[in-house]
Amino acid sequence: MTRYRFLLPVGIFAALAVFLYVGLGQNPGQIPSPLLEKPAPTFSLPSVADPQRQVSTADFSGSPYVLNVWATWCVGCRQEHETLLAIARSGAVPLVGLAWKDERVLVQSWLDQLGNPYTAVAFDADGRVAIDWGVYGAPETFLVGADGRILYKHIAPMTLAAWEREFLPRIRQAGAGSP
Amino acid sequence: MIRRWQILLSTALCAVMLSAGAIDTLPEFKDPQLQQRYERLIHELRCLQCQNNSIADSPVGLAGDLRRSVHDLLSEGKTDDQIMNFMTSRYGDFILYRPPFAPRTWLLWLAPVLLLGAGAFIAWRVVAGRTRLVDSDTEEFGEDSDTR
Repeated sequence: MTRYRFLLPVGIFAALAVFLYVGLGQNPGQIPSPLLEKPAPTFSLPSVADPQRQVSTADFSGSPYVLNVWATWCVGCRQEHETLLAIARSGAVPLVGLAWKDERVLVQSWLDQLGNPYTAVAFDADGRVAIDWGVYGAPETFLVGADGRILYKHIAPMTLAAWEREFLPRIRQAGAGSP
Repeated sequence: MIRRWQILLSTALCAVMLSAGAIDTLPEFKDPQLQQRYERLIHELRCLQCQNNSIADSPVGLAGDLRRSVHDLLSEGKTDDQIMNFMTSRYGDFILYRPPFAPRTWLLWLAPVLLLGAGAFIAWRVVAGRTRLVDSDTEEFGEDSDTR
């Protein structure tokens, strides 16, 4: 027993090294959302296109939809825009936009210039709805199931790879499960 | 001399700017107790964008929004626990600088005690071992040992 005691510091070092190595692989920018599998927060906000009209979560309940939180001041949102257009063209689910802490004219001109992938864009000028959804950066993209629960949250610019790997299987599953 | 004066001035200016960053358009509470609770709560909550700042210290927009939420909830008469629940239900325990004492954080909270205990045990073993050595070395220091 005592003969192998010199191995003790080596063992402690190895354990520490494993912890640190695992820690290196984790991204502190990706904070897991406590809202997963919980009912999506509801909102009713003025539409970007027409302030008189309301965009509400109730409009989309009953079938899966994607909520994309974005802003014109956000570089990652510009990056993912082409991907969102492609996703919208595929017509898998409605894309709902949440324009976060932005200016209406800027949002409108962005959509006019770059194309509009959204079924509707809600205008969250003061960021209160974003807080309800636990948004802490843009872009963030949520998948809401037919039962109104949040099935997945993507924290980063959307990519086709992430869409095919994380979103599509969940949408198919949700579609198969609903009556 | 001028240099020292300049340093003093720039330090003072920096201090002014730091406090300016934390000033909101939010009105101060008339009740000093409420204001105190507000100050304490915003120092307990982590800004999720610049994660080494509390929402009290962070200049980013989200921190301002979260301060406004805390302010609103206090005005509505919510308790500290209710406000913390509001935050953790949206952002998880990550938003708390002091994580709750729960089974999954036992190791985190108890690690210092465990490590201190382990260190004390090792120190005790080492000291006890050395003391035994002194006790056993009872041979008189004399000519025998000299000539050997």
